[in-house]
Amino acid sequence: MAKFTKANSVGEWLDQRLNTTTLNKVLMTEYWIPKDINFLWAMGVLLATTFGILVISGIFLMMYYKPDVNLAFDSVNYTIMQEVAYGWLFRHMHGVAASVVFLIIYIHMFTGIYYGSYKQGREMIWISGMLLFVVFSAAGFSGYMLPWGQMSYWAAMVITNLFGGIPFIGPDLVVWIRGDFNVADATLTRFFMLHVFLLPIVIMGLIAFHFYTLRIPHVNNQDSEELDFDAEAEKYLSGNKKESKVIPFWPIFISKDLAVLGIFLLFYFYLVFFHYEFAMDPVNFDPADNMATPAHIYPEWYFLWSYEVLRGFFFDIGPMKAFDIGLAAFGFANAIFLFLPFLDRDTKILPAHKRPAFFVWFWILMADLIVLTIWGKLPPTGANAWVGFVAATLFIVLFILLPVISKIDAKKRGA
Amino acid sequence: MSNETNRRDFLGYTFAAVAAVGGAASLVGMKKAWDPLPSVLSSGFTEFDLSAVKAGHPSTIMWRGKPVFILKKTADMQPNKRDLIINGDRYTIAIGLCTHLGCIPAWKKTKWKCPCHGGEFNASGEEIFGPPPRPLDLPPFSISGTKIVLGEEGPEYKKIAAAMKA
Repeated sequence: MAKFTKANSVGEWLDQRLNTTTLNKVLMTEYWIPKDINFLWAMGVLLATTFGILVISGIFLMMYYKPDVNLAFDSVNYTIMQEVAYGWLFRHMHGVAASVVFLIIYIHMFTGIYYGSYKQGREMIWISGMLLFVVFSAAGFSGYMLPWGQMSYWAAMVITNLFGGIPFIGPDLVVWIRGDFNVADATLTRFFMLHVFLLPIVIMGLIAFHFYTLRIPHVNNQDSEELDFDAEAEKYLSGNKKESKVIPFWPIFISKDLAVLGIFLLFYFYLVFFHYEFAMDPVNFDPADNMATPAHIYPEWYFLWSYEVLRGFFFDIGPMKAFDIGLAAFGFANAIFLFLPFLDRDTKILPAHKRPAFFVWFWILMADLIVLTIWGKLPPTGANAWVGFVAATLFIVLFILLPVISKIDAKKRGA
Repeated sequence: MSNETNRRDFLGYTFAAVAAVGGAASLVGMKKAWDPLPSVLSSGFTEFDLSAVKAGHPSTIMWRGKPVFILKKTADMQPNKRDLIINGDRYTIAIGLCTHLGCIPAWKKTKWKCPCHGGEFNASGEEIFGPPPRPLDLPPFSISGTKIVLGEEGPEYKKIAAAMKA
């Protein structure tokens, strides 16, 4: 054992045993952040905070929630909403946070795409982030099921049915996932376990990994300037703070994050108190009924774009069934972002406004995603079906074209 | 054992073998834990008397938590290879879940219409419009007299299932 001398303070006592001074430097006071980054880089802290809100409000909901098909609906809509003091607040905080967390994830993602933060050396940041997105989606879906309303039930029906499209094992896989021939009690209890235990643990692990992936390549900046972080840090530490291009995360940079967080929390609590219904679909206030389907079912807003890609292909092409094309397109849409660092063939990291062709590509992608989101909520009949088809096709074409487009930019710059 | 393999390597390989067997065994256990329970499997039989059905008005009965449509065909409905014929009456037996993504289609006079994505099925359960990739599924059943038992594969079921595959 190392030699321990008598400590003069609690802090010193802990430092001897846990090396807290070094830990604090590595994580906080000597974790270097470029000066040239805007409010869009604050989304990480917003997401960490929102995840914290979800965990804490979730703990309070879990104390009264009953994962049983006969009790679940009333435990949420009567016990938690009517009887538990401030139960309504915890439910609305949880529901609204589950919705806005996706808004912030999308802003975070598209900031990364715009500034090229997924490229050359930062691939692992991007990949771990996309894995987080996938697990967040699974957590959002498994949680949506728990109140056991009509939308919960039929969402579970549709999503579990998607696995039926997998060749050969599909139908058996659906029964295995549900634990019954239908979405039933076994399905509810296992999704409860996924939502409150397994997926949150995986998310926490991935968040730690996501932070770790930042340590070596460091965070990107508005001009995508390549900084020598060691040299810049030395300048800062020697007192040359003005000339140094970096600042410590704590206590300097965090002040900006906290300012953005303050504005975000105002927006968030405005929704919680005055517009919580935007995260609470009215159909879900009817108890689940396995013998009656609601007239029109749709997912929450954050899944609409991929839902529209799924159903955008509504006619058979040659020997391929519309259903299988849609499923393949859906799989493509959800997996393709993971490969972004390798589809972008430009050899330099630059923000989109310095890459003319990519700039156009980026904004067409944004517009297409917005169209997919809007039409995902509309009934898929008549002209709507064709809008969905065109937008879904455009989405796929955009990603097929990306390697070419990014090369054109590089060539024009003379690279 | 060759001279290059030392004791530590041997211990490592032994541990790897034990761990692989244990890991595979626990995967099997975990897979089976998510299979439907015996009580779920055994409650999968439902009996229904066909003689009370009125032609042209489908009955919906619940089997394994799913709706099953039973339609006695009227004279002007097309005969089909999947018709169940009992005493000269033709019946369509089908699981009442759209083969697209599992919503329950509603009966509209001459056909089933799916509310979710607009799929349509005719009186024989065949897809006639929209995204459904195949006709409504046939539940396993057996017949005794005018009674149908859902969940058992009787000879009538096997005949119709074979005709549908052909």
